Amino acid sequence: MDPAEEEEGREKPPVIYTMENKPIVTCAGDQTLFSSLYPTLSQQLPREPMEWRRSYGRAPKMIHLESNFVQFKEELLPKEGNKALLTFPFLHIYWTECCDTEVYKTTVKDDITKWQNVLKAHSSVDWLIVVVESDAKKKNKTNILPRTSIVDKIRNDFCNKQSDRCVVLSDPLKDSSRSQESWNAFLTKLRTLLLMSFTKNLGKFEDDMRTLREKRTEPGWSFCEYFMVQEELAFVFEMLQQFEDALVQYDELDALFSQYVVNFGAGDGANWLTFFCQPVRSWNGLILRKPIDMEKRELIQNQEATLLDLRSYLFSRQCTLLIFLQRPWEVSQRALELLHNCVQELKLLEVSVPPGALDCWVFLSCLEVLQRIEGCCDRAQIDANVSHTVGLWSYATEKLKSLGYLCGLVSEKGPNSEDLNRTVDLLAGLGAERPETANASQSPYKKLKEALSSVEAFEKHYLVISCTLSTARLICLTAGTLSEPQVSNICINFNIYSYELEDLSHATIEMYTNIGRIRSAKLVGKDLAEFYMRKKGPQKAEVYLQGALKTYLAEGWALLVTHTRKQLAECQKQLGQIENYLQTSSLLAGDNHLTEEERKRFCQEILDFTNPQAENQGQKVILPMHSFAQLKTLHFDPPNAVVHVGGKLSIELTLLSQMPIPVQVDQVAIHVHFSIEKNSYRKTAEWLTKHKTSNGVINFPSEITGLPLSRNNLPALELSEMYERSPSDNSLNTAGIICKNAHMLLRRQESSSSLDVPSGLTLEDGAHVLKCNNLTLEPGDNKITFNIQAKEPGTYTLRQLCTSVGKVQFVLVHIYPIVQYDVYSQEPQLKVEPMTESLLAGIPQKVKFTVTTGHYTMKSGDTLQLSNADAMPILYHPESKAVIYSNTREKISESSLRIQSSEKITSISLPVAPAYHVIEFELEVMYLPSATESAVEKENTTNKENHRKNKEKQKQDNCMATVDQKVTIDCPWSIYSTIIALTFCIPFNAKHSLLSAGKRKYVQVCVQNLSELCFQLSDYSLKNSAECTDLQLVPLNPASQQVVYSKQSIFFVWELKWTKELPLSLQCLFSVSFCPATSEEQSLTLKPFTYKFQVENFFTLYHVKTEIFPPLDAEYCKTGSLCSLEVSITRLVELSEIDRDEALTESDGYCTTKLMYEVVDNSSNWAVCGKSSGVISMPVAPRAIHKVHMEVMPLFAGYLPFPDVRLFKYLPHHSAHSMQLDADSWIENDNLSVDKNVDEQADSSSIRSRGSLHSTASGEHKGLPMPRLQPFSPGQVFNSSTGMQILVIPSKDDHVLEVNVTSIMVRCQQTPQRKQSHVKYLSAKLKSTTPNAGAEMGSWSRQDQERGIETTKDPKAAHDTFWNSPSAGGACPSLARDMKDSLPGGDLGVPSLI
Amino acid sequence: NYPLYIRSVPTENELKFHYTVHTSLDVVDEKISAMGKALVDQRELYGYVTNSKVKFVMVVDSSNTALRDNEIRSMFRKLHNSYTDIMCNPFYNPGDRIHSRAFDTMVNSMMMQLLIPVPLASPGSPVFSSMENTKAAALPDP
Repeated sequence: MDPAEEEEGREKPPVIYTMENKPIVTCAGDQTLFSSLYPTLSQQLPREPMEWRRSYGRAPKMIHLESNFVQFKEELLPKEGNKALLTFPFLHIYWTECCDTEVYKTTVKDDITKWQNVLKAHSSVDWLIVVVESDAKKKNKTNILPRTSIVDKIRNDFCNKQSDRCVVLSDPLKDSSRSQESWNAFLTKLRTLLLMSFTKNLGKFEDDMRTLREKRTEPGWSFCEYFMVQEELAFVFEMLQQFEDALVQYDELDALFSQYVVNFGAGDGANWLTFFCQPVRSWNGLILRKPIDMEKRELIQNQEATLLDLRSYLFSRQCTLLIFLQRPWEVSQRALELLHNCVQELKLLEVSVPPGALDCWVFLSCLEVLQRIEGCCDRAQIDANVSHTVGLWSYATEKLKSLGYLCGLVSEKGPNSEDLNRTVDLLAGLGAERPETANASQSPYKKLKEALSSVEAFEKHYLVISCTLSTARLICLTAGTLSEPQVSNICINFNIYSYELEDLSHATIEMYTNIGRIRSAKLVGKDLAEFYMRKKGPQKAEVYLQGALKTYLAEGWALLVTHTRKQLAECQKQLGQIENYLQTSSLLAGDNHLTEEERKRFCQEILDFTNPQAENQGQKVILPMHSFAQLKTLHFDPPNAVVHVGGKLSIELTLLSQMPIPVQVDQVAIHVHFSIEKNSYRKTAEWLTKHKTSNGVINFPSEITGLPLSRNNLPALELSEMYERSPSDNSLNTAGIICKNAHMLLRRQESSSSLDVPSGLTLEDGAHVLKCNNLTLEPGDNKITFNIQAKEPGTYTLRQLCTSVGKVQFVLVHIYPIVQYDVYSQEPQLKVEPMTESLLAGIPQKVKFTVTTGHYTMKSGDTLQLSNADAMPILYHPESKAVIYSNTREKISESSLRIQSSEKITSISLPVAPAYHVIEFELEVMYLPSATESAVEKENTTNKENHRKNKEKQKQDNCMATVDQKVTIDCPWSIYSTIIALTFCIPFNAKHSLLSAGKRKYVQVCVQNLSELCFQLSDYSLKNSAECTDLQLVPLNPASQQVVYSKQSIFFVWELKWTKELPLSLQCLFSVSFCPATSEEQSLTLKPFTYKFQVENFFTLYHVKTEIFPPLDAEYCKTGSLCSLEVSITRLVELSEIDRDEALTESDGYCTTKLMYEVVDNSSNWAVCGKSSGVISMPVAPRAIHKVHMEVMPLFAGYLPFPDVRLFKYLPHHSAHSMQLDADSWIENDNLSVDKNVDEQADSSSIRSRGSLHSTASGEHKGLPMPRLQPFSPGQVFNSSTGMQILVIPSKDDHVLEVNVTSIMVRCQQTPQRKQSHVKYLSAKLKSTTPNAGAEMGSWSRQDQERGIETTKDPKAAHDTFWNSPSAGGACPSLARDMKDSLPGGDLGVPSLI
Repeated sequence: NYPLYIRSVPTENELKFHYTVHTSLDVVDEKISAMGKALVDQRELYGYVTNSKVKFVMVVDSSNTALRDNEIRSMFRKLHNSYTDIMCNPFYNPGDRIHSRAFDTMVNSMMMQLLIPVPLASPGSPVFSSMENTKAAALPDP
């Protein structure tokens, strides 16, 4: 740098050019030499960096050194106590070219000494002597000393211990390697020394500074002084291009000051701070265009700065440094912090600030910062960093807004005088515009001044700002993309600007989405809207308000929603959007975040509109219902919501009115969708009743207002189970859960269009509307009842709910969950049911007729025509009544039934009944099994007959036979006849049996009552249908009337008497009258129960008598001893037709029949010794007797029944006539089959099976013709000894006899093969006991035996004994008694024992 | 981002606070990873995000200088603990508004504690609110 220029610069205040400042290096000695070297030097010095090692452990730095070389002057050296660092010369260089010793000695040495002394006087140790050598000079002076000598001399003279303080620079102006080398050495030395000087001096300075700082608690300490000192350090760092370090200095100052303010706030005030607390008089904002604001600096230096001044200056310095550091975003960030901070500090320090002054200051500062940043960045950078500056923009807007309010610029009337005064005051505080910006049209100062000066301008600015703050694009617009005049134009022309604004708003939204600060955008937009509203621009405001509202709704901020809605309502009112306004009003009226008054006001707004007198006679306005009222419950009556055509249904709605005051509602209407279902069955009452289980109350989910819509609208999870089976073996492969509505749940929530509710508000125009007029909806729950007269059958779905208040209709578009009611139409029905479980034939029984009228209305004269069946007359009582029930089984009325009966038709006149009612009445019917219909089919066995009528079936003995009877009924509602089948059960089952006593014959009929009822039987009779006069049936039944109880049997017995020869078969007809035992009256002629049967072959042919005799020497039979058994078979009649064909064997004129006898002891009481069976030839003649003897041995003691003796017809094979029969072998072969037959006889199975058995048996004998056995018909053989017993005494009497015998008997029975040995053992044992006991017992037994069968208590035994009947049916005791009474004692041939 | 619980003492400026808190969510979203602090010229606003993306925002009067970051942090921790207690309640449906009395008293005591040591002319106006971030996706960290 030119020294002359330097000279010039020094005249000005020294720090203005800090930026350009370089460390000062003084030059002494040969000035011309230096001038010649200066260009090279200044060029070369910063070329290479040098490492600067710092004290206090600070990181070393590479530093490019530059210097300002000035001529050495003594006044440059700092005086004692001068802290100025910027003007501090860090290094002093003495230049010399001297190569002559003489010259050196004379002039140079003195000069250097003088220079040195001056330095020493100022205690400056940073010096350097440069000796420049040049070959040219050497050549000129031949007598030169070796060049080292001069240098050595200088070194000797001055640098006594610091030889490095002297440097040789050889041939600096030549371009040789040597000169290059020396340059490098020199530069390195220079740099090193400079740095050394820096380190030393700065270190010293810092120490001093620190000392000063430590004194801050002392009373006289001044922050401003310290500030200046530390700033000096910062300046130096800045000078050294160490912006980082410089910034640190300012930051330290900043922090120190902040700390003091905070301490002050905490009550620890420093004296010097009070100075900063002076009232703010100037608020002209930050000034960032100048690197150093000397005005402010001076103020600080003079301790006249206010807090704002200090802050402004401090920040401007920080800002400058940050911009040097290429960190403009930090500026904006720090600026915001600073502005916030200042506002707070002023408050904390209780500095008095005129209203609006701070706002002005903040606004100006914001804009200044923004403009400064714009000035140093290109557009792309700004675009990318909107997020850093947006805060400032927003802050500026906020402040401008509050200024606008303050100065009355936003009020509709414009500013008043007070506002104007305030404005003037504020403008005054701005001071004059600074000269730097005076020419620029876009200075913040101008903007604010202009803005505050007029309403119009304020608007422009506000708009500009509020727009710019949100969009980087607009920032660019204002900053310079558009030319200045364009921007001005925009500002001036409001209308044009509005268009711009609209475009930009869209851009804004996009930009904000990119930045991700949607909420802030909305808030700003809302503010803008607020402004628009004040300036009567509601159409612009609305967009912003709607946008903000949407966000708040989505996130569920109730209070914000309310507030925004309030604004929106105002906006819509101004816009005249009646529908929207009313909707918002209704929402607000139902909003409980508002006060009661406000709600009422909004409610009143709606009501005012609905007032028909209002001049606004537009068409109807449709609003959503949910804001007005909520549908809570719906209640059907009847609860199943099913009603017949013409029936009444009531629906009760519970509406929760959200309005704060009672609202008069003109009409509440439900729009109903009607659909006909094809399936008519589903429309019947039964079906619908069955399938609707609800109690008629449907609850609607209440909307939760607190939660955001996005959450509300989430559909419920619909899950279903899923099973996957493998196709081959149907085993389960996979099981899982499927979410059916995943597409709904996983949908992006933003894109859901659920927020814009008013889109689909259409009113369905259906023919079916339920209405309810003129109601008053009170706040809270209201119940509204709709009454419906059902008309057409079908399903009615409630779709929409509409509440009309004047012209306003509140519509609930969808009623969900789906609510339906059904109307059905039913065909009339007739049902005939028995009153009891089953109908019994033969007696009158009640049948219930149920007529369901359905849609048919019973008129007078409507009759049921019943076609009479002969077998089933219909009985009725004149007092029988019909009862009419309503559809819900409520009894309505009773009326008597009129029945007219003709021969064929019974007509029942039905009572008059409305549709959908039920008529019930009872009639008595009786089934009379007509005799003509009944037919008897004879079975093979005579004792088993089955009644088989048309459709009669007998399943089992204990089951009643049933008869179906059909009745044809003509109903008045139908041209077709209804056929109804009634099933009757026959209550009785009859069986017969033939009993014989010797030659006398008895017929027994057993009547079994199968029903649950008791019957009284009377007039029983048995008739021989063959009309044989010589046959007489003598009844042995005493009482004329008998009661047969439920599930019991009764027996009747007749004796057959005949005079002539008996017929082969006998046709009998049994009939008995019956009536229920309980019924008193016997008014009706009930048909008797009849039973037909046939008896065959009932004559007694043979009389069998069995006798057992004790051994000859003994009085009684004894166990173990053989007794003789004598069977005498006597032929009673001559050869008759019955066995004529059997008596084939004729020899000597005699007819004989072959009989086979068999002695069987089933109870194993006897051991039959010898042949137990055999074939005898019996002459066919009366009184022919054949006796068979055999030996039997009793196995037990006591009264033993006789062994059975059976008699069969023995029919030898005709072809094998001559064949000698070996009965024994035959018996052996046939033993099995005979035994079987004996067993089978009990159930009296058919003979055929037996025959077939024989045929198979004969087949086994290799085709040998075998004789046949045929049993006699019951009654043909009379066994007089059946049931007889004989006393068997034990072989040796003993007292313990019975006990022992019993126990042994049991054992014997278990092991029959060891019987003998046991009995012997027993006998042996008994012998040892007293013989008397046996005699006593025997006598007692004998007495008993003598009394015979008559005394036998068991009727069954008696029955078997006397009648030898195969029938095992139980007889009632009365019968036994009767029999005993009626039996002629001696004639029966009761056998006497022994 | 919907409020679970919001409460302010005193209530006169509630609306403004709600706006503030709502707007501040932007910042919280941006700084979702850490505890954020935002300054408005009269209030300080602190945010705290739990691992389950539940956000707590606290607005304190900025003149309340006695309040250090550490204290704020401990208050948030206290809030978080209390919130966890609520979540442990089997009758609480996550996502519902908080109506717990225990939580109320806890917040109340915290607010009172803040009010008492600052006897300044303008009472400190802390607002606590917790919000659940319904979106599970983490917001991009700026």
